[in-house]
Amino acid sequence: MGSWSRFNIASIVLGFGFLYLPIVLLVIFSFNESKLVTVWAGFSTKWYAQLWHNQALLDAAWVTIRVALLSATCATVLGTLAALALVRYTRFRGRMLFSGMVYAPLVMPEVITGLSLLLLFVAIGLDRGFWTITLAHITFTMCFVAVVVQSRLLSFDQSIEEAALDLGATPVRTFFAITLPVIAPAVFSGWVLAFTLSLDDLVISSFTTGPGATTLPMKIYSQVRLGVTPEINAICTILIGIVAIGVVVASIVTKQREAQREKDERAAFAQ
Amino acid sequence: MKSLGSIRRSFAPWADPASKPFISVKNVTKKFGDFTAVDDLSLNIYTREFFALLGASGCGKSTLLRMLAGFEQPTSGEIILDGQSLAGIPPYRRPVNMMFQSYALFPHMTVETNIAFGLKQDGMPKADIAERVGQMLKLVKLEKFAKRKPHQLSGGQRQRVALARSLAKRPKVLLLDEPLGALDKKLREETQFELMDLQQELGLTFVVVTHDQEEAMTMADRIAVMSHGKVAQVATPAEIYEAPNSRFVADFIGDVNIFDGTVAAAESGYLSIETGNGFPVRMASPEKLAIGAKAAVAIRPEKIRVSRQPPAHAPVNAVEGEIWDVGYLGDMTVFHVRLKDGRVVKASSLNAVRAVEDPFGYDQQVWISFGEDAGVVLKD
Repeated sequence: MGSWSRFNIASIVLGFGFLYLPIVLLVIFSFNESKLVTVWAGFSTKWYAQLWHNQALLDAAWVTIRVALLSATCATVLGTLAALALVRYTRFRGRMLFSGMVYAPLVMPEVITGLSLLLLFVAIGLDRGFWTITLAHITFTMCFVAVVVQSRLLSFDQSIEEAALDLGATPVRTFFAITLPVIAPAVFSGWVLAFTLSLDDLVISSFTTGPGATTLPMKIYSQVRLGVTPEINAICTILIGIVAIGVVVASIVTKQREAQREKDERAAFAQ
Repeated sequence: MKSLGSIRRSFAPWADPASKPFISVKNVTKKFGDFTAVDDLSLNIYTREFFALLGASGCGKSTLLRMLAGFEQPTSGEIILDGQSLAGIPPYRRPVNMMFQSYALFPHMTVETNIAFGLKQDGMPKADIAERVGQMLKLVKLEKFAKRKPHQLSGGQRQRVALARSLAKRPKVLLLDEPLGALDKKLREETQFELMDLQQELGLTFVVVTHDQEEAMTMADRIAVMSHGKVAQVATPAEIYEAPNSRFVADFIGDVNIFDGTVAAAESGYLSIETGNGFPVRMASPEKLAIGAKAAVAIRPEKIRVSRQPPAHAPVNAVEGEIWDVGYLGDMTVFHVRLKDGRVVKASSLNAVRAVEDPFGYDQQVWISFGEDAGVVLKD
């Protein structure tokens, strides 16, 4: 371990300042008494109280959550199936092309994804709104799930599936009794990833939305064009809080599980 | 009660033309692309037999086992189990179970639920499952570990869980893929005998795949030595060791000295072979070879005597040399004797008496000799 030289301290302060100063400012000003965003006039939580009376904002939040839940769930199912197919069926022709095509949306500019989806929806005459946003979100989050699950499956010992088959379980039962429980943590992190990606997506949602389906990021963005209000700061602070709690809980659970596992293994070999 | 030994000695259904094989592998070939893993292989395995498939890695033994389990389908040929063809029958409908090399325990289940898994698939009533699981835990002496998960067990305990799980459904045949490969030497030797006792007790047919010849020799009733997807020899361990049918088998199992030469004379049951540099060998052989034919004599090191004086039958089956290397192993001593023409012969002698000093030292002039039934004659 190196000692705390001045250089190290300076790097850390600069680095973290760069990352978190804007967020800290946002959080602080969400508690501002004044309506002017840049002038501090004392502590207050009134903007949070006002949020509950802003029906448009609440509606947008509700749409966002429904889209995120639904699209993350569908994307997890499809992404997991895609990952299974790509890892298991290594002998079919054009496999490289297929796995490349799964990764492509990861690097595709969102504007292009959004535009092409819009063209598709218009071409097939689908009314734009809640369902088109959900479909679009499934499309772009699915590949993230596929990547996460695929990396887990690469280290998966396939002989446990063979053992289940050997003991009389049909392939379908084997999948639900053995494969799925073992890869569940990866599937779950895929879901969380898809959920958060859907939650804060602005570009693709804007392309594929229609009347009556405004998501929270879209709502915030359109309000900001009329000027930042402390109300926006308040709702952003709540979002930050939710995400932060999620991340902290997830990492604590993982840490504890690892520690428990290590303890168990030591106990097993100590006998 | 009959002892295990007497049961084993009298057990030889393969020698009885009236007995029907339990598993019959008929001209099975398995190809992966251009690679032929199993090549037109035929084998018979009998009820209650402990059968070993022995060979180096890549010889096709694991592929054959996986075809028995149903994880691979033969490219051509047929496997018959208990009178029924296994073609097209998926692994979950075969009356065989397999113990995997990696044990393949379900990591998210306890020892108990691992063992119960197969029984649950059969829809056995809960009370019966609990009873059977209890029996299996007792059989492998893991009663105290029923609630543990696989990662809370040591390697030896995991091996036992895997065994209990594969035996829980009372399969007609148990397939074992390198069952002891991951255990350390002491535990491996103990477990070999436990497996043999278990197989006798349960009256099951075991087919074990191994690359460890000692393991195969110890446990199996019969061994199939495999090489390049074919069976080189199928026989009892003693036959494989004492009467190998080819240079490959002689060389693969244990240590051997092979003397190449040509047949000089043949008389009722004996062949005289000139192995070069005035070292004539006379060896019992059921096979008749033409005079002048190429032949080789294979003799195991422990059948070769080392002495200071030439034996009475010299120079037949005896030759002079000097001690080149001495390896003291405790239970026996291995000598490498260098002949005048540069060939090195391995001889070993059992240290039955507590010898404080080695009888032979480096560079000492000695005679090596052997009896007329000490080895086998191999055709080239």
